[in-house]
Amino acid sequence: MLKRSSFGHAARLAAITLLLFRATNADVLPDDRADLFYSKYSGGGMDITGESVLVQKKITENLAVNVNYFVDKVSGASVDVLSQASQIKDERKQKSGTIEYLHDKTTYSLSFINSAERDYISNTTHFSLSQDMFGDLTTLTLGWGRTRDSVGENDGTANDPKVAWLGHAESQDYNVGINQILTKNLISGVDFEVITDDGYLANPYRSYRYIDPLNAKGYSLASQIYPDTRTSTAVGVHAKYFLPWRAAVTGTYRYYNDTWAITGDTYELDYTHPIGNIWILEGRFRYYKQNHASFYSDLFPFAGSQNFMARDQDLAGQTNTTIGAKATYAFLPTGWKMFKRGTVTLDISRITFKYSDFTDIKDFGQPEYLPGDEPLYRFNATVFQAYMSVFF
Amino acid sequence: MRTLRPVLMAGVLLMTSACGIQPWVKPYERDRLADPIMTWDRDAISSAYLDHIREAREGSRGATGSAGGGCGCN
Repeated sequence: MLKRSSFGHAARLAAITLLLFRATNADVLPDDRADLFYSKYSGGGMDITGESVLVQKKITENLAVNVNYFVDKVSGASVDVLSQASQIKDERKQKSGTIEYLHDKTTYSLSFINSAERDYISNTTHFSLSQDMFGDLTTLTLGWGRTRDSVGENDGTANDPKVAWLGHAESQDYNVGINQILTKNLISGVDFEVITDDGYLANPYRSYRYIDPLNAKGYSLASQIYPDTRTSTAVGVHAKYFLPWRAAVTGTYRYYNDTWAITGDTYELDYTHPIGNIWILEGRFRYYKQNHASFYSDLFPFAGSQNFMARDQDLAGQTNTTIGAKATYAFLPTGWKMFKRGTVTLDISRITFKYSDFTDIKDFGQPEYLPGDEPLYRFNATVFQAYMSVFF
Repeated sequence: MRTLRPVLMAGVLLMTSACGIQPWVKPYERDRLADPIMTWDRDAISSAYLDHIREAREGSRGATGSAGGGCGCN
């Protein structure tokens, strides 16, 4: 039994952001590089491993291509899936390709992304252009993307899937970004992004909960009912400062709001410290806070008490805090034959999630917890990444 | 039209003045900004993965200004 919609949505959104942010300079194409990537996420009952390969290559001085292949393997189940379904095993494969064309001070970029799971298929087309202006102090980026998703539900098992296709969703994504050189030591940027969704947006693997005196537990579960449209607006500002002892500090803030009444604030601070031309060390701290969606409740008073009802973890009120560290080692700092540089990077993050109105219903009846009185859910997650990059 | 006039005038002023903007940080003064540690996103594949993990668990999305790929479901 799988839950998928946030999985597919998140994959697509993250991939889009990869394509959007070209941006410190629009008048040069990126360096040729190849990356081998491995990741592992453990937390909240889930283990997810990811493997990826990325190749970026200039065909001419004006034309570059970029291809990426990513495979996620998921096992386990989160707390709300455990409350109603069996553990899961699943795999997602994402393929993406980008063509970039540079003309004078403008870079045009066209991308395609395909993400496929047994019960979720997503296809995205994205176009953006970046323009350097005002003596190359300013870079303006405009982007537009369109995604079509097919959403299904697997009522079988991992080895014997029985997928029922429930519906489709379509998204449009509009982005404007400006990067600005302010001083010899300071750069800054603003991003503005609007995303609209239309179609089947619910998570078929999760349920809402309502008080039911006829059930021995005192509550019952039923299929969630989501609105079929959503529009979100996000604004992010960031600045990066070069410190006197050759190090950099980055500050970021993002404000988020959507038509489901979710408001979110994200704060991030990052410190980067090189040692010679061999090591780059980095530390980061991130804090995130959101309130719950208008149709979210941990426990509804009765079945069908509202038009829309959800008890989805990511729609609940929450805060999370991330502390992370990253070390990059250059094993070819001055290059070798056709290779300009080679690096190996290790990255580890610890994230603490705390929910303000999402309870851990696994604790029901142990011994004194009545429906709605269960302890609030919280969990820790560890994210490990290792990758090798070669520049040529 | 009357209410639009100040906006149009401001737009024209901005456009004409923009043509005359001289870069106050000259190209030869940008050596620090060209240092790899000043890159917004050194490893797009890694940032994309972290973004993906967050987007699967948070209600917010977009305007992260970084990168894509990865997983974070259930």
